[in-house]
Amino acid sequence: MTDELPLSPATGFVQDVVREEFPGLRLHWITVTASRRHSPPAIVARLSSLSNRYRGASVVAMRTKPVPQAYRAFFRQIGLDPDVRRIPSESAAVERLLHGGFRPVNLVADACLIALVETGVPVWAMDADHVDVGGLGIRTATEAERGHSEALDVWIEPGTLVVADAQTVHGLLFAELDPAHRVTGRTERVALFSVAVDGVPGIHVEEALWMCADLLA
Amino acid sequence: MGGSYAYPAVQIPPPGGSGGAWTRVGEPDERAARRSLRGQISRLERDLADAFVTAFPMGGLPQPAAVAASPRLLALGELERVRDELAQRLRSSRALIAERADEQEEKRRILERMLLEPGKYRFARISRAELGEPGCGVWQVRPRLGLIGMLMGWWQVKLSSGCPLAEGRGARAATRITA
Repeated sequence: MTDELPLSPATGFVQDVVREEFPGLRLHWITVTASRRHSPPAIVARLSSLSNRYRGASVVAMRTKPVPQAYRAFFRQIGLDPDVRRIPSESAAVERLLHGGFRPVNLVADACLIALVETGVPVWAMDADHVDVGGLGIRTATEAERGHSEALDVWIEPGTLVVADAQTVHGLLFAELDPAHRVTGRTERVALFSVAVDGVPGIHVEEALWMCADLLA
Repeated sequence: MGGSYAYPAVQIPPPGGSGGAWTRVGEPDERAARRSLRGQISRLERDLADAFVTAFPMGGLPQPAAVAASPRLLALGELERVRDELAQRLRSSRALIAERADEQEEKRRILERMLLEPGKYRFARISRAELGEPGCGVWQVRPRLGLIGMLMGWWQVKLSSGCPLAEGRGARAATRITA
C-alpha cells in the first residue's frame, strides 16, 4: 500500500427498503485515475504467485470460511443458489482450477482479481464518467425499468436488486456490468466499487478497494 | 454433523393483502419473520457447507439443477421455500453421508477379515476409494507364488502400488517421450 492515495472510500446509498431487510448490505466506492492497459510484469507475477495458493482441497473447504460463507448465505437470501451461480471468490477459484492458473487479462481486471483473491471481497470497475454525481448505490428496479435490458441481456422485474446511480442501472447486484459502462482504453477515471454483506468485516472491504486502487495507481 | 435444528414456526399473515414482496415491508411482524427465516437460512447454509466438505472425499453431493434467477428481495413465502429446500437438501446430504460411511465401515470390516483369513476371501478386491482413502490402490487376495499357491492354499492380501503413472514407466516410456 502506498501513502499517496488521497482516497477514502465513499459509502454508496442503499435504498431504505433494502437496508431494512439487509442492514449489513453496503456498497463502497472510490474513483482512481487509470485506464485499461496491459498488466506490468509485477502484476502478472503476482497473479502467478496467487495461483499457487489454490489447491483442490482448499477450494472445496473455501465455503466454510467466514467471508465466502457470508456471501453464500446472502446469495440464498436474495434468491440465488450459490451452487448454481457461484459467489465471486468461488467463481475465481474454480476458474483457476479449470485453467491451471489465473490468466492476466488487463490491468483493471487483474487488479480486481487480485483484490478478490486476497480478501474474498469482490471489486468491480467501471468508467467513472458513467457514474452520476450522486454516486453509486444499491436499490430495487422500478416499474419503469421492467422489461428486457438489452445492455445487460437480462429480464428485469420490479424488485430486482441492482447497482445503480440516480440516473442509470449499471448492472444487477453481483452480476456483470453494462458493457457500455466498462473500462476501455479511452477511460481516464475508473470507479471501483465493492459490495459487502452481513458478516464481511469492513476492513476486508477497505482493503480490497485500497489494494485495487494501489495496483492501478 | 449429526445435530438437528428445530425451526420455529413462522407466522404467515392471513391472505388478503397483495402478494407482492414489498408492499408490506413496513409491517414489523412480517419483517421479524423474514429476519428469522434469513437467520435460519444462514445456519442451514453453514451446515450444508460442512456437509459438502465431509461428503467430498466420499464422492461429493449431487449438484442442484441450474435455475435462472435474479437477485431480489424475497417475500415471506419465498424465504420459507428457500429454507425448506435447504433443510431438505441438508437432510438428504446427511443421509447420503451416513449411507456412504456405513458402506466404508462394512468394507473395512471385510478387509480386516481378509487380512485375518485370506483363504476365505480368494481373489476378493477392495479399492482404497471404497474405504474412503485417497489414492488408487486396491487390496486384493492373491495366491502366493501363483499357481503353486493356489494348489497349496497359500493366500495373501496385497495392496497394489497405486495410481498408474501418467507417462508410463521405465525405458519404454522414456523412449516414447523422446521419440
